[in-house]
Amino acid sequence: MINASLKQLAQALAGKQISSVELTQLYLDRIARLNPALNAFITVDADKSLGQARAADARIARGDTGPLTGIPVAQKDIFCARDWRTSCGSKMLDNFVAPYDATVIERLNAAGAVLLGKTNMDEFAMGSSNESSWYGPVKNPWDTTRVPGGSSGGSAAAVAARLAPVATGTDTGGSIRQPAAMCNLTGLKPTYGVVSRYGMIAFASSLDQGGPMARSAEDCAVLVNAMAAFDPRDSTSLERPTEDYGRDLDKPLAGLRIGLPREFFGEGCEPSVMAAVEAAIAEYRKLGAETVDISLPNTHLSVPAYYVIAPAEASSNLSRFDGVRYGYRAPEYVDLNDLYAKTRAQGFGAEVKRRILIGTYVLSHGYYDAYYLQAQRIRRMIADDFATAFGQCDVIMGPTSPCTAFKLGEKADDPVQMYLADIYTIAVNLAGLPGMSIPCGFAYGLPVGLQLIGNYFNEARLLNIAHRFQQATDWHQRAPAIE
Amino acid sequence: MSLTLEQVRRVAHLARIDLSESEAAATVIELNGILGLIEQMQAVDTAGVEPMAHAQDVSQRLREDVVSEANRRVDYQAVSPDVEAGLFLVPKVIE
Repeated sequence: MINASLKQLAQALAGKQISSVELTQLYLDRIARLNPALNAFITVDADKSLGQARAADARIARGDTGPLTGIPVAQKDIFCARDWRTSCGSKMLDNFVAPYDATVIERLNAAGAVLLGKTNMDEFAMGSSNESSWYGPVKNPWDTTRVPGGSSGGSAAAVAARLAPVATGTDTGGSIRQPAAMCNLTGLKPTYGVVSRYGMIAFASSLDQGGPMARSAEDCAVLVNAMAAFDPRDSTSLERPTEDYGRDLDKPLAGLRIGLPREFFGEGCEPSVMAAVEAAIAEYRKLGAETVDISLPNTHLSVPAYYVIAPAEASSNLSRFDGVRYGYRAPEYVDLNDLYAKTRAQGFGAEVKRRILIGTYVLSHGYYDAYYLQAQRIRRMIADDFATAFGQCDVIMGPTSPCTAFKLGEKADDPVQMYLADIYTIAVNLAGLPGMSIPCGFAYGLPVGLQLIGNYFNEARLLNIAHRFQQATDWHQRAPAIE
Repeated sequence: MSLTLEQVRRVAHLARIDLSESEAAATVIELNGILGLIEQMQAVDTAGVEPMAHAQDVSQRLREDVVSEANRRVDYQAVSPDVEAGLFLVPKVIE
């Protein structure tokens, strides 16, 4: 059952081979048994989850079912869920019980999904290793001395260890794709504006995008179908007709043009990772695809531009945490200014403070043009590179991450080294394009992810390209031995 | 360019984050490391490039100026550290 696809689970539920209560209990038991070693969940509330499961069983008995009715879904703890603690991995929100649902939660509730628990994450989604969480690091189920990637590391570890059939993540600079790569999962970051950001605690608003993390492209399609929709409550949500992202899963790949950016295949990537990526591209050629050499000449500028834009937006977004309306308040202070400064000093962790300070600096008087405006211009150049590339190819491929899961603590003392590990994923967020990571092999026993980048609104095509690979290979079915 | 201890203190004040002596000294080194990474941008000629704020060039939607949400003040204030009579409490700011 724990290796069944979402489609198989839906069939088993509809056919009364298992109830949602039984399925939910099965996962709650696995969480109770295996989560202490992984720390993938921040909050589990069996009564609430089983209550939703009972309601789902009643729906199924009435024949009122959809593809997710009765299926447990783990939620990254960045999505506000009414009456659930929503911490965003921070001491600042440790006591915050959300009074409303994020649109993503509301839509999954309406679909009859069961909220299985809230998953651990880097504090306010700022990190690539899940070590900045106030609740402690998440361990990679493939090797518990290693990081699961981040920031959606709890979701990744939970699905990889079969503590949840599927999970949500969010991706600002690679936070769905990089942990998916490091935990052998399939993750999709949709086009910016496709999934509502309402109730998703903001990090960098022009980059943040929610998406599914699953064991296959087919499962990703089921979850993103439920997550994506126009939402008038998100001012950057795009008004587009709804679509079935799984409609093209089985389309043949003959004639597919794969662009290989030379900037992704040079130095900087571990040779064992590159070998797995090259082997996956050879597999695509066997499936009828052809490859085209392309260039994304401004790739090297994506990390610098990102570390201006993302902190600038974060410094503005996180100004709301002031100890007045919600969250932590320092126990002692002398006046209002002291209340703010002590609350924020005690409530935020080191990485969050660093980014707020950098963001405050680059937006401050006299530096705005040199940093923020310059970064926004480079952002346009990066987006233009992709536009040119998509004139020559249908999809861009390369490694998701230059390395496999690294050791806990290995990069924790050097923020800049940690930032550079996101070199292949960040440009996709700056351009607002859809991207995926799919399992494509192993290097020294650790999973390697292949990144797929599509043109705007090509999610269905990306899922098709991923699915056909998963029909021909079994990398995505490999599971860690953590029982 | 690199930040001085005094500039870091100024930025921390603007961001309303208390820094201890030892934190401030460590922060100078960390922020200068990050600024070193960012500096690469300065050598790039961006003359004539329009700054890009969002991926899709769409304009901000407007909505009808009508009440769309129910009043849930009690729920929203239940998560506040200090509330009285429907008001958020902070230390006195006017003597």
